[in-house]
Amino acid sequence: MKPRHRKLAIIVSGVSALGIAAALVLNAFESNMVFFFSPSQVAANEAPVGKSFRIGGLVEEGSIKRQSDGVTVNFVVTDTAKVIPVVYTGILPDLFKEGKGVVAQGKLSADGVFRADEVLAKHDENYMPPEAAGALEQARIQKTVMTQ
Amino acid sequence: MIPELGNFALILALLLALTQGTLPIIGAARGIPSWIALARPVVQGQFVFLAIAFGCLAYSFVNNDFSVMNVARNSNSELPIQYRIAASWGSHEGSLLLWVFMLSAWSVAVSVFSRHLPDEMVARVLGVMGLVSVGFILFLLVTSNPFDRLLPAALEGSDLNPLLQDPGMVIHPPMLYMGYVGFSVAFAFAIAALISGQMDAAWARWSRPWTTIAWVFLTIGIMLGSWWAYYELGWGGWWFWDPVENASFLPWLVGTALVHSLAVTEKRGSFKSWTVLLAICAFSLSLLGTFLVRSGVLTSVHAFATDPARGVFILAFLVIVIGSSLLLFAWRAPKVGLGGKFDLVSRESMLLANNLLLMVAAGSVLLGTLYPLIMDSLDLGKISVGPPYFEAVFVPLMTPAIFLMGLGPLARWKQASLPELMLRLRWAFGVSVVTALLMPFVMGEWKPLVSFGLLLAFWIIATIFVSIRQRLHNSGQGGLFTKLARQSRSYYSMHLAHLGIAVFIIGVTLVNGYETEKDVRMEIGSTVTMGGYTFRFNGASPVSGPNYQAMRGDIDVLRNGEKIRVMQPEKRTYNASGMAMTEPAIDTGLLRDLYVALGEPLEDGAWVVRVYHKPFVDWIWFGCLLMAFGGILAVTDRRYRLKVHSKHVETTTVVAEGKRVASNAGLAAGGKKA
Repeated sequence: MKPRHRKLAIIVSGVSALGIAAALVLNAFESNMVFFFSPSQVAANEAPVGKSFRIGGLVEEGSIKRQSDGVTVNFVVTDTAKVIPVVYTGILPDLFKEGKGVVAQGKLSADGVFRADEVLAKHDENYMPPEAAGALEQARIQKTVMTQ
Repeated sequence: MIPELGNFALILALLLALTQGTLPIIGAARGIPSWIALARPVVQGQFVFLAIAFGCLAYSFVNNDFSVMNVARNSNSELPIQYRIAASWGSHEGSLLLWVFMLSAWSVAVSVFSRHLPDEMVARVLGVMGLVSVGFILFLLVTSNPFDRLLPAALEGSDLNPLLQDPGMVIHPPMLYMGYVGFSVAFAFAIAALISGQMDAAWARWSRPWTTIAWVFLTIGIMLGSWWAYYELGWGGWWFWDPVENASFLPWLVGTALVHSLAVTEKRGSFKSWTVLLAICAFSLSLLGTFLVRSGVLTSVHAFATDPARGVFILAFLVIVIGSSLLLFAWRAPKVGLGGKFDLVSRESMLLANNLLLMVAAGSVLLGTLYPLIMDSLDLGKISVGPPYFEAVFVPLMTPAIFLMGLGPLARWKQASLPELMLRLRWAFGVSVVTALLMPFVMGEWKPLVSFGLLLAFWIIATIFVSIRQRLHNSGQGGLFTKLARQSRSYYSMHLAHLGIAVFIIGVTLVNGYETEKDVRMEIGSTVTMGGYTFRFNGASPVSGPNYQAMRGDIDVLRNGEKIRVMQPEKRTYNASGMAMTEPAIDTGLLRDLYVALGEPLEDGAWVVRVYHKPFVDWIWFGCLLMAFGGILAVTDRRYRLKVHSKHVETTTVVAEGKRVASNAGLAAGGKKA
């Protein structure tokens, strides 16, 4: 190979490798993005069916019910306007409490129950998961708009 | 009084940092020796004042001075003394003070261990570090002063986050920061090279040990953080691809690329511009990481809107540092030059390919970390990017990198022959394929992904053996041990660090492939069996700690009907904050961990209990330790010590010369007398 050809070969292989890597990354990125929906948005049928997404808000007071196996838990997530019933099997995080903020990831089943495979509450007592705080704020704005 | 003293010390440090960041650089440009000579004493003075400032903050924490806002928010009189000291870097303000204090410690180290460098060079390097220091101290004084008073004083502090009340968390942030800040030395060397336009093998040799030490600290810091998450969060995971973790992983990836690129610049004089660019990137990502974690932007993008001073300062600082250094790079890099040429198949080209793969990996992590933040701040919707994305990207990117990792050390510099390499490595490849195919059967079940992971790990190990055998074969006469002793430390350090990667991969592969997890309801006396072990729950009883109340579970572990261990996981509630926390019990072993955590209490003394059997999980952190040891070994290589040695020779010759001059003068004087 002439030096000029060799240089060209290096550049072409380098660029194509970077192109492949970029395509791979963006493809993985697109298929693994998880969107967030508030209970009001879910009630308005904005959430996708059969695809994993996140919901968030407050755990409604008095809504936590443990099934007889001890590890399956039902609770209700509210943004003070609309509610979603959630079912989760497993140990809940330490800061999961009634009246506190929560974010759950999972799928919506046909009967309207959100089947969570992950429940998140963050590592600080004073701190509300940002998505949950956002959902409450959105619902508050909606309400004031409606009462006006 | 003491906090005010700290504040004054901080202001004086700022003035010294301003001096350090201007006069020596101008002096080096204009050739003013007295300004150049200013660099070292100013650096040392700044260190003294920052030490005083940090000491004052620690003093306020130790003495529970709740009239200081920072102390009132992050400490408590019930907090044990070691955690009160650790609390001084537990908050945003305190951690930034620690950051800048460490920066000055690194600067002092540079000023002390740089006697053999040209004075202009040292002046420029220390000047750049001074400018970084100015930015940080200004940020502290303007937006986040750790000495701000709280009037009237609080009667009691609101406590340090219980998750941080742990020995691992006491040393994790300082280690991580030592790594972050350490890259500032490489950065300063790179900027100094751009300013002067001089960059040669000697330059690479000077900055290499500094970069390696920073990389070692960062490796250990990340390892401690991962280990802490494993035993403290109660989820049994060791890496979550959380933005906080990614923030430390990004500079590590680029730093790893930098360490390798520096090796090429030192040995072959190639990759010059690339090395400089990597040094700028590594430090920029360290800055980004510090601010991502410490500014609260991750908690809520909108916290920026409520406290715009911090956000605007941070963004402005990042833009100035990254923007000006990239501009300088664009302007001056052609002067530095690309360095030596190499063939399409050579050790250089393989290292370059791995550098690119590491950078693409870093870019994809950056995308996954920042994209949700950008979307949110522009009100385009809330999204999250979880572990599946990072895993989908990382495995395909790292596979060719690891393949090349085995090939590279055996390839010749400048020009290598692919057929010859294949011939030399055919056994290594065969052995690693066969072992990788058979090993999963030993573990009980064959899984394709496990086999694949093990193939990568065994490939590394096999090529290390081939490399060492070949090296010994080519190193002349003598017995095995004389030959082994003849190899340089830097040669062994490379293989040790690579072996660390192999051990790490084995740990990750086996724990992902064969771990078992159960969340079960356990009544008193009931058992659960997993991985050949039986766990018997004997109930939970209340205990009280220094600043918390807890329920402590009592679980017998049985193997073949014999009791081998008692495990006592706790569920704690901290007095000051009322925060609940899970404290798992872990039985660590070479081949497996047993992990038990208490969930929630049920009726009649029963509990929900989480039980894990995690094969080979400790190999993950052991692998990281091997990488770090590799780095330490590299820094102790003979050629760095030789320099110290030759410096001695230099000084002795200077002294001898001085004596000769003196005696000549004496003779002359004597002559006059006579």
